[in-house]
Amino acid sequence: METTQMTTTAPAPVAVPAGSGPWQLARAELRGRASVKVSLAIIALFALMAAGAPLLSGLGGWAPDAFDKSAVDPYLGGQPIGPLGGISADHWLGVEPVTGRDLFARVVHGAQVSLLIAITATAIVVVAGTAAGIAAGYFGGRTDAVLSRLMDLTMSFPSLIFMIAMMSVAKDVNRIVLMTAVIGLFGWPGIARVVRGQTLSLTHREYVDAARVGGSGPWRILTRDILPGVAGPVIAYTTLIIPGMIATEAALSYLGVGVRPPTPSWGQMIAESANFYDTDPMYFVIPSVCLFLTVLAFTLLGDALRDILDPRGSRR
Amino acid sequence: MIRYLSRRLIGVIGVLIAIAAVTFTIFYVLPSDPAAAACGKSCSVERLAAIRAHMGLDQPIWQQFWDFLSGIFTGRTMGSGQYTLHCGFPCLGYSYENSEAVWGLLMDRLPVSASLASGAAVLWLLFGLSAGVTAALRKDTLLDRVLMVGAVGAASLPVYFTSMMLIYGLIRVAGLLPYPQYVALGTDPLHWASNLLLPWLALAILYAAMYARQSRSSMIETMAEPFIRTARAKGLPRRTVVVKHGMRAGMTPILTLFGMDLGGLLAGAVITESLFGLPGIGRLFYGALSTGDQPVVLGVTLLAATFIVVANLAVDLLYAVVDPRVRLR
Repeated sequence: METTQMTTTAPAPVAVPAGSGPWQLARAELRGRASVKVSLAIIALFALMAAGAPLLSGLGGWAPDAFDKSAVDPYLGGQPIGPLGGISADHWLGVEPVTGRDLFARVVHGAQVSLLIAITATAIVVVAGTAAGIAAGYFGGRTDAVLSRLMDLTMSFPSLIFMIAMMSVAKDVNRIVLMTAVIGLFGWPGIARVVRGQTLSLTHREYVDAARVGGSGPWRILTRDILPGVAGPVIAYTTLIIPGMIATEAALSYLGVGVRPPTPSWGQMIAESANFYDTDPMYFVIPSVCLFLTVLAFTLLGDALRDILDPRGSRR
Repeated sequence: MIRYLSRRLIGVIGVLIAIAAVTFTIFYVLPSDPAAAACGKSCSVERLAAIRAHMGLDQPIWQQFWDFLSGIFTGRTMGSGQYTLHCGFPCLGYSYENSEAVWGLLMDRLPVSASLASGAAVLWLLFGLSAGVTAALRKDTLLDRVLMVGAVGAASLPVYFTSMMLIYGLIRVAGLLPYPQYVALGTDPLHWASNLLLPWLALAILYAAMYARQSRSSMIETMAEPFIRTARAKGLPRRTVVVKHGMRAGMTPILTLFGMDLGGLLAGAVITESLFGLPGIGRLFYGALSTGDQPVVLGVTLLAATFIVVANLAVDLLYAVVDPRVRLR
């Protein structure tokens, strides 16, 4: 009698608030990390920039493809007038040499293109990869064999070479949609393998067997029992592949097979600025720093998420 | 072992045929008419048809693919009449641009790409792995922190940014190194190395950073395994435990990564080669794209796929040597 009372009234541990599930614990741990704060701040900055691109460039007073011949010196080969690549109250980050297009407007619109493509491609990869991985791991047998062969095949493609080739062959389509599809096409096997492994280890746990005995159909088991179990590694992995997507988009645009001018993109701006790096280094520095910071921030966030949500396993 | 190897080899051939089929479909079915491109602007209908017949473009697509595929193994005779060309054993067709055999073009360029990839690989393994393993063994110390911050920063730099900085810093400002001009290894090993040093560095910085991160987490995981504790408990010296027990098991994920990366780079580092003006396969590929030279594009893609698939097979075989827990079935 006394003992039962004691167990029911035992106080909860002090540090952890009552009713804290694994997600609350993860969030609490995330909040304690300095690298997470910094990376979230950077990501938020660029996300806002991308989302509010038309608004921001309106605020700056220049459209991304508006020429400003008065900001460049025609006698110096179209050099921007003024120090640091023409940074002034009128042009906040300076101007492009020769054309005088406003760099602030171009960087902001470039963020929109880069992040849109990277995030959409990531979404495609994650949805396709998770679906394939769960199906392969849960159904096993022939489904697993076919899907696993398909993963092996996709991973054997020289992906960058293939992406470049596909981008340059297809000519009369929406470049942003095409690029998202092409980048997404080669990314899914990585996440599918992680999810497949995780699903295999979950499929024969007692709680899944219990659900099966209780009469749950495969769809219900997959969505209610398996999916939450693979969510942690999937979230961590998702954040870790975003930098790769951003870098790939930038590389394709850099090589001139990405988005077409006048649509700005960071990779394309870096490629153009390479011609002026001697005379106008700021033009090279600004898009490079944006690209670097975004990739860095997503990598740091992904590292932290992986440490917390996926302490071991799923690392290949 | 022999059963394993033969099964894997069949798989390799299957994958390559599948990749060839996909590549062929994409690059021969979708794009603009290569015959029209070869013929020029003022082209008569008859001439266009003749060129098309010469290129084999009037055949049904599966026939073209079959000719291409069997040509790789047996060679093939292209065209007819006075324009007959015989294309020998590894026949990948002829470039639309300069009518050279694609195989010959690839083999001319391969030494450049291979020099670039192998030199960079030596550097990035050396620096990446030693940084990663050191950080893992000194986990949570200042040294670990510094190494990992450096690695995450370097891994976030795109290769063209690093290359530009190296060109600017070491060539333009300091004047320490020459602007790369490829010299064959056989001709002059010293100049070969000094000319390639900069492109090697540019590639190696990126990959070393990625390998340092990967090998650190892999080593930390391995060093927590029970067999490491056993080895320690037996009283083995720390060096033996780390090198013989820890690294042998901890390096297997690195080996997978390395196979993929080296395989991919052997068939050309498009960006690095273009930036440093190295006449490798990557540049050949990039040039062929801009002129719509489909046989060359197809050839490079197939070569790249072959390198990746073969490197993966080699890695799987090496597993058995490196990691005593792996047995091939």
